[in-house]
Amino acid sequence: MGTFIVRRLLVALGVALTISVVSFMLLHLSGDLATSIAGPEATAEQVAQIRVEYGLDRPIVSQYLDWLGGALQFDFGRSYYYQSTVIDLIVERMPITLTLGGLALGLAVCISIPLGVVAALKRDSWVDRLALLFAVVGQAMPSFWFGLTLIVVFAVTLKWLPAAGSGGLEHFILPAIALGYYATPAMMRLTRTGMLEVLESDYIRTARAKGLSTTSVIFKHALRNAIIPVVALAAVELGFMLGGSVVIESVFSLGGLGQLAWDAISRNDYPVVQAVVLIIALFYIVLTLLADVANAALDPRIRTR
Amino acid sequence: MTVSTSTTSRPSRAPAAGGRARALGELPLPRPAWSRVTRKMFGHRGLAIGLVCVGLAVLVALFAPLLAPHDPYFQDISNRMVPPVWHDKGSWTHVLGTDKLGRDYLSRLIYGTRISLTIGLVAALISGVIGTTLGVLAGYFGGRVDAFISYIITTRLAMPVVLVALALASLTGGSLTTVIVLLGLLLWDRFAVVSRSVTQQLRDAEYVYAARTLGCSLPYILVREILPNIAGALIVVITLEMAHAILLEATLSFLGMGVQPPLPSWGLMVAEGKAYMFFQPWVIAIPGVALFVLVLAINLLGDGLRDLNAPGGRN
Repeated sequence: MGTFIVRRLLVALGVALTISVVSFMLLHLSGDLATSIAGPEATAEQVAQIRVEYGLDRPIVSQYLDWLGGALQFDFGRSYYYQSTVIDLIVERMPITLTLGGLALGLAVCISIPLGVVAALKRDSWVDRLALLFAVVGQAMPSFWFGLTLIVVFAVTLKWLPAAGSGGLEHFILPAIALGYYATPAMMRLTRTGMLEVLESDYIRTARAKGLSTTSVIFKHALRNAIIPVVALAAVELGFMLGGSVVIESVFSLGGLGQLAWDAISRNDYPVVQAVVLIIALFYIVLTLLADVANAALDPRIRTR
Repeated sequence: MTVSTSTTSRPSRAPAAGGRARALGELPLPRPAWSRVTRKMFGHRGLAIGLVCVGLAVLVALFAPLLAPHDPYFQDISNRMVPPVWHDKGSWTHVLGTDKLGRDYLSRLIYGTRISLTIGLVAALISGVIGTTLGVLAGYFGGRVDAFISYIITTRLAMPVVLVALALASLTGGSLTTVIVLLGLLLWDRFAVVSRSVTQQLRDAEYVYAARTLGCSLPYILVREILPNIAGALIVVITLEMAHAILLEATLSFLGMGVQPPLPSWGLMVAEGKAYMFFQPWVIAIPGVALFVLVLAINLLGDGLRDLNAPGGRN
């Protein structure tokens, strides 16, 4: 187990470094940052001046190393737009995105796991078909459009919840539904397939033959095994949702990391963009690492792979 | 996620199993006759619905100029925000009404089909070529090649796609072509994962071994022996990635970094209608429903094809 964790940690570190290189290079090579920052009406001299001022005239490798050196100490430089350092902006906005992601994940888990279990137990019944329909619809629904529809129905027509802005918990309900529905189909399907597989296995037959109650067989024996991959998927989905929050946050004007990133992108505020990309990637890396370790702890067969 | 795991576990029973069964001296699996395939296809309701809807969308895209009642770019300021025909103030001149610039909504919707389908198809093809190449090489060679390519896949998976795509699209100044190329370069991970694991199962198949013994060149083995046998799994991934690319394009365009006005991208239509959605909800409902139906149909088609691939059917 020890070597497994060490090996996975090394890979995670490597991936984090590679992503920092790739995101840095992509941003610097896909366009001229100085021209973008200066805007369309700038003269050549102004562009040249900006290039020198922001240090964009130096070789890209030395720019990267400087940036990485700072990033390792959580110093991502200063925002081009706000009068503040990038890390302050991120620390300030982070709780909103984490609350949104946590609520969305909680919602997705609370819906997808019971639904998947019932669908597997009542295979081919109307519940199963309804669950499948729910999943298929969820996979095809554009999340930004679902968010807008929620606003029109629950905020404008029914006036139950606020339409936009950040504040109390009521501001998070609609965004969490919009974001959580996105993660539900995959988790529900995995629970359902896992339960179906487990229910056909020999030890379930043994448990039944021993005369254990149905609830005990389902919850103690079957679900406990079927849920292992779902836990791992949930961690990965949380990572995806933190990345996808840029869409939902801008629909609901929820001022978290996602909104910060979108604003930064539209204002050519590259230090912020770079830092947010790296931080969201780091979250994903840590989450998948935890999921892998938890999986390996629960299922020894994985460690030897 | 589930998609990749189920497509990877299935193909062991798919065409590849034919080769293995023969190798074991058992009866070869009969190739399904076309009549049986078609019967199975139409017996599968999801697949039939998906096929019909996608087929209709393709026809609409191809014959857009014939079908559209008006020029999708023609602005008529005196006829702004006309509601659709089912509304009290609607008229048959503009069946789905007009937008804030007085452009005919139905015509824009029809031309929008072209944008979504082009993006989905071309982006899926680009990412298919990248992902399949990486996956087949990793699966066939194993060892260090596999470790290296798996590392690239892991890195790609850890990158927040929406954010990176937004940032790059904004830098490259978002146009139809850049969006297509960007999505193609970003969405190859599922192709790589699926083709890698299917190739791993095929690597030691008897017929691949035979080709190697006969002295066939490496490209020949990869292209003529491996590729045809992973095609079934890849077609499923192509449909799913098409749906993914279409949704992402709409998202990018909605956020203002994708396809630029005046092109009638459905995501852009939702963005342009956002300011009016409180009093005229149909301006966002119509393009949203179109997007939803197209993506749903493509997903149904993909799910159905996967079930066709697996003789056991859906579990």
